[in-house]
Amino acid sequence: MASVPGYWRERAQRLRYEGNKCESCDEVYFPPRRSCGIKCDEELKPHTLSTTGKVLTYTVIRVAPTQFVDEAPYAVAICEMDGGGRITAQLVDCPFENIKIGMPVRIEFRLIQKDGHHGILMYGYKVVPV
Amino acid sequence: MRDVAVIGIGIQKWGELWDRSLRDLWVEAAQNAINDAGVDHIDTMYVGAMSPGLFVGQEHLSSLCADYLGVTPVAATRVESACCSGGMAMRSGFIEVASGMADIALVSGVEKMTDVDGGGATFALATAADGDYEVYNGVTFPGLYAMMAQDYMHRFGLTREELAAVPVKSHANGALNPHAQFQHPTTVEGVVNSVMVADPLTIMDCSPITDGAAAAILCPLEMAKDFAKGRPIIKVSGVGAATDTIALHSRKDFSTLNATVVAARRAYDMAGVGPDDIDFAEVHDCFSIAEVITSEDIGFFEKGTGGKAAAAGETALNGKRPVNTSGGLKSKGHPVGATGVGQIHELVTQLRGDAGERQLKTAKRGLAQNMGGSGGSAVVHILEVV
Repeated sequence: MASVPGYWRERAQRLRYEGNKCESCDEVYFPPRRSCGIKCDEELKPHTLSTTGKVLTYTVIRVAPTQFVDEAPYAVAICEMDGGGRITAQLVDCPFENIKIGMPVRIEFRLIQKDGHHGILMYGYKVVPV
Repeated sequence: MRDVAVIGIGIQKWGELWDRSLRDLWVEAAQNAINDAGVDHIDTMYVGAMSPGLFVGQEHLSSLCADYLGVTPVAATRVESACCSGGMAMRSGFIEVASGMADIALVSGVEKMTDVDGGGATFALATAADGDYEVYNGVTFPGLYAMMAQDYMHRFGLTREELAAVPVKSHANGALNPHAQFQHPTTVEGVVNSVMVADPLTIMDCSPITDGAAAAILCPLEMAKDFAKGRPIIKVSGVGAATDTIALHSRKDFSTLNATVVAARRAYDMAGVGPDDIDFAEVHDCFSIAEVITSEDIGFFEKGTGGKAAAAGETALNGKRPVNTSGGLKSKGHPVGATGVGQIHELVTQLRGDAGERQLKTAKRGLAQNMGGSGGSAVVHILEVV
């Protein structure tokens, strides 16, 4: 169910990790938001995620969705990036038994999905051990 | 606001019901609830359903269901909040009756999930997560709850074997429930050694794909005695709903489901009671770890102790804090849109003393907790005998 415009719209996040930050409460948003909610009235300023961070929690997906079946099993982690902002990303180039909560990781530009045999290739971020 | 009572409930045996359509399932549950209540009409109805469009290619359930129940031109609304669509349908009916807009409300839920293959069901269910920032990167629903489990086990020292006590208890209860999809017991070894889905969760930690429907009839409490027929009168004494972030990664704490915490607090405040006043609960155990976390978040256990309590038998039928007497989503089944109303069905069954072999000795006040996605929405109801 890949949509080319949908993939194109998210390019600043998928390829350049662009989010934003509330000047009032220091909350980092990724993807960027139009509003920090009704509690903060400060403007949100652009904030690019740091490419380094740490694993907060993780799992190994062994039963995968259709478009990821050929890659299973693969690890997925929630990572907090240095300076704020969190992502859910595949954790690759690391044996599963070496994955630990708190381990340092780095974002890399990778192929994420293919839209069948003839559709577009969709890129984005994965994380690797530092 | 008027007090509201539940005067009728309806369900069928849930499972992989190849010979039954969505409309068959829903109408059967609705008719059972209408007959159970003894009402001769309904003023309004709500249908909870997560994704009939993706599961069977059918939207517009308000018209479909009213038509096939034979109650057009009744006012009808479909309610969607992922896996708590049913609970939110219950809340919507409660609000309409409490407000005085309607006297007799049919609240219901349905999901027909087995017409699509495993990939199709996974796709439909994944739409309850953040499509662009979770699902795009390959995470699944078992994967999201597995990440909660990793965090919880790391912080609170819960072992894999202790976590397995939850599905073991669910199957023990489900074996006593004639409506349950799985009516067989299992063991800790059976859970731990089954197929790994997303570490550390195995297939036996996961609720199944299920076809099913459930329904209930609500009316003003002052009218309920007309339909009691000697049965206990059951009041909806507390209702609370809340939301949380759509993506798990946006939460400050992966071992607490804040929408459930807040929804429970709102329901307790409305009912004027606390967790210690609740005799039993049906909670949303879409995965074993979800039962552990939600049993804490509704206040049954201190944070970090719910898993150990389950392993010690405290949530069993004869325990101090019975949880999921029906068998829960794991054993009773999880037709996503129907689940929240199915929980109401179990509360009423226990409160009436009609639960047969799984009947609790003390069941005067029960709580149902139903949530959507990875906990991005939640609704809690408290029902009590008055």
